[in-house]
Amino acid sequence: MINLIWLFLMVTGILYAGWQGRIEVVTQGAISAAEGAVILSFKLIGVMCLWLGIMKIAELAGIIRFFSRMLSPLICFLFPSVPKKHPAMGAIIMVLSANMLGLGNAVTPLGIKAMQELQSINREKEKASDAMCTLLALCTAGFTLVPATIIAIRSAAGSINPAEIVGATLIVSLGATISVIIADRLCRIYCQLRVRR
Amino acid sequence: MFNLLTEQLSLWVIPIILLLVPIVGYFRRVKVYEAFVEGASEGFHTAIRIMPFLVAMMIAINIFRLSGAMDVWVGVLEPILELYGIPAELIPLGIMRPLSGTGALGITTEILNTHGPDSMLGRIASTILGSTDTTFYILTVYFGAIGITKPRYSVFVGLLGDLIGFVGSIYICTKLFN
Repeated sequence: MINLIWLFLMVTGILYAGWQGRIEVVTQGAISAAEGAVILSFKLIGVMCLWLGIMKIAELAGIIRFFSRMLSPLICFLFPSVPKKHPAMGAIIMVLSANMLGLGNAVTPLGIKAMQELQSINREKEKASDAMCTLLALCTAGFTLVPATIIAIRSAAGSINPAEIVGATLIVSLGATISVIIADRLCRIYCQLRVRR
Repeated sequence: MFNLLTEQLSLWVIPIILLLVPIVGYFRRVKVYEAFVEGASEGFHTAIRIMPFLVAMMIAINIFRLSGAMDVWVGVLEPILELYGIPAELIPLGIMRPLSGTGALGITTEILNTHGPDSMLGRIASTILGSTDTTFYILTVYFGAIGITKPRYSVFVGLLGDLIGFVGSIYICTKLFN
């Protein structure tokens, strides 16, 4: 699916630009996007180092083990394929809490860390495991208690009550998260049935 | 009151984590500085691994946007979605949301400025932005960092979440703010 989407974006974009007689946009767009991606990854180095460093302290101090023990029933339910005492448990809890607290740039490093832990118990290294798909689904549903960025841009636009949408975002993102968990389970079961046949 | 609280909360969360973790670590006899450096040394390598994935995805998205092809799809979808009561102004946001975080933020800011943040459209746009995430960015970065090239059904599930967030925001906001 990802191949088709990528191809679709490229082909429709280039053909339409050619048809509209603005083909130069394609070259400019491609080069500026490539440069932008490199700048973005370089910016990521800093935040990655910061949060992975803090994570290491938390790990050695036993803070992560403490949280993963507290929340392990929930995580075990969501990720049945991950062994109970595996470090992936703690990493998953960290990224989900960062997501919930709306920690912005801390989420990406923690998410990558959790994926790396899951990769260590993945059998086929190029193919996403069941647990990885579930984690990705939870992260893309983006359940956040306080959407700080939106409150900020609403207040910048002169809203009388910038935080009034918090209730709505909570209901909607909770609904989306639950639907995504269900959809993920159904897809997983479907895949397992197809393999068995 | 609630505004002030959320504002202060988002300001304080990160400093508090940065304060508490090293303090707890120190009392648990962790060599905090050395541990930090050890963890941080993984950061560079990981960020560099993501780069080719990010380049591929951002090129495709940028060409799609700049060429005007995205606007064509917005135009195609507009009459169909309006039949189901979805306001035309929100469709660009719906398409942009999974592709680009900054792009979606830009569209939302524009909606807030033209229609007002306290209008129905402004509220719906804010709710959409707050209850969904940039699916393709997350997919690219998370799977790129560990070299996954076959994401299986997760693309579908992620996009489904965005769709539910989009439709759900319109539904909940029209119920909630009337």
